Amino acid sequence: MAQPLERQQAKPHLAEEWVGKVYTLLCIAFLILTIFSLVYFVASKGLSTFFVNGVNVIDLLTGLKWAPEGEPRLFGALPFIFGSFSTSLLAAAIAAPLGFCASVFMVEIAPKFGRQYLQPVIELLAGIPSVVYGFVGLSVIVPFFRDVFPGQGVGIAAGAVVLSIMILPTITTIATDALAALPKGLKEGSYALGATRWQTIYRIVLPTTLPALMTGIVLGIARAFGEALAVQMVIGNAPHIPRSLFESASTLTSAITLSMGNTAMGTVANNALWSLALILMLMTFVFVFIVRWLERRSKI
Amino acid sequence: MSAKTANKIATSVIVAVSGLIVLVLAGLLGYILVRGLGHISFDFLTSAPETIRRGGGIGPQLFNSVFLLFLTMIITIPLGLGAGIYMSEYAPANKVTNGIRLIVEVLSSVPSIIVGLFGLLVLVNLFGFGFSLFAGALALTVFNLPLMVRITEQGLRSVPREQKEASLALGLSKWKTITSVMLPIAMPVILTGTILAAGRVFGEAAALLFTAGMSSPRLDFSDWNPFSPFSPLNPFRPAETLAVHIWKINSEGLAPDAKEIAAGASAVLVITVLAFNFAARWLGRYLYRRFTAIK
Repeated sequence: MAQPLERQQAKPHLAEEWVGKVYTLLCIAFLILTIFSLVYFVASKGLSTFFVNGVNVIDLLTGLKWAPEGEPRLFGALPFIFGSFSTSLLAAAIAAPLGFCASVFMVEIAPKFGRQYLQPVIELLAGIPSVVYGFVGLSVIVPFFRDVFPGQGVGIAAGAVVLSIMILPTITTIATDALAALPKGLKEGSYALGATRWQTIYRIVLPTTLPALMTGIVLGIARAFGEALAVQMVIGNAPHIPRSLFESASTLTSAITLSMGNTAMGTVANNALWSLALILMLMTFVFVFIVRWLERRSKI
Repeated sequence: MSAKTANKIATSVIVAVSGLIVLVLAGLLGYILVRGLGHISFDFLTSAPETIRRGGGIGPQLFNSVFLLFLTMIITIPLGLGAGIYMSEYAPANKVTNGIRLIVEVLSSVPSIIVGLFGLLVLVNLFGFGFSLFAGALALTVFNLPLMVRITEQGLRSVPREQKEASLALGLSKWKTITSVMLPIAMPVILTGTILAAGRVFGEAAALLFTAGMSSPRLDFSDWNPFSPFSPLNPFRPAETLAVHIWKINSEGLAPDAKEIAAGASAVLVITVLAFNFAARWLGRYLYRRFTAIK
């Protein structure tokens, strides 16, 4: 008699449990389906340039001239690839030392003031929309560069400066976490041996947190690499490799943004843009794997 | 140079750089607000934009942004909560789960322009939604979902183990434990994160260029039937949001006061995002106090 009663009591619980399990599983299945279809659709469109339209992969990756409507049609994406890499690497080169200094300030020099004022300020930087950065870049940085340096002001330098402010929060937040997570004994040992604060920072703190700092920098580069509108607004959008930092250039994202709306779906000019998107996506994967590799290294 | 001098120099450089960062941000915010606030008026916020004449407003764009945010969050929150609960509570610790974690990480770092292109291909063309609010909301969901999953996971991880175990020991099912014990405790973290994510959605433009579209039809604000093509509530009409509008008038604006409109719209956008930020902070602190009984 006791057994059937028990089973009856257990039933609503089981049903509830089942609902929860199925619901959460469906949600995660949707997420997985989304990413696979995203990769599939972008890849199939991007690859059709090579398989359907017969454009040579090597020509696309190394060609210097982009003239999808020209005669003959030329699909050289090297200027865009060069533009993307140079702006994002330059942005990281500007932002990395700034971010490191800010995180050292917050963790080692003035923890109280830093946590109370600098950190919220940097988090606010992360929240500002990218079009606003683009607008400020266009109305402050570009005119400034135009006055100070030869050229129109637009170009890789303007793009890199705008991007460096955008990725500063990423780099700083990760560096701050890494510095704060450093075992106290390491620093105290160094101070006990008579080292100054700076000696401790660059002989002990910097080497031990380097993989984590690099993680932040790579994440920053990844964000800069994929940023579209802010860069497009300040870079000038000329489809060739510039001879100086202050000459109009293009990135993968700016080329896609500008031309995707003007080409008809299914034409070779449109497919070539999807190939650019595919390059962008593959680079994202590369960045994710570098970050994963660095994270494994940073576990002490 | 002695070690002490080097220390002093390095310290002052670090302090100076930190000061510079604060100055840059203050300058940035100050510039946007000073340039933009003067242009903001009730008329600017409610009237329709002009293409060639001066004096256009941002009314429809502002409405579209808010409405799109609302649609996006309605879709994102249940999906993100579910997926986050799965990752933190149900997922077994094995290779498949690690794979899913990698997938979520990859999705969160896919550039928003790629998400927009995916939306163009699948939502706009394949599913036939056309340039519409609905397609834009779904694209933003794809873009926002990984963040939501991470926030939910973080929130659930912050629940004390004892509370979860006590609930399970009382004989509550796992799902009941999650919904009526763990989620309320995790609520401050989840809510704060959600508001910050909403701020990000509000300012997003690249994913919307090719999904929600770059134009807004003439809206009739007296028509609230969601199926009418001119109704602001119709989710299947194209809709240009505020962020997209800023980009558009900066790159191809013909109105003589395009710069001022861009400045005003940027100020509105930044103020909204700042409001989201402060609301998240305040709400997080308030809820934390309520739930922990700390004065």
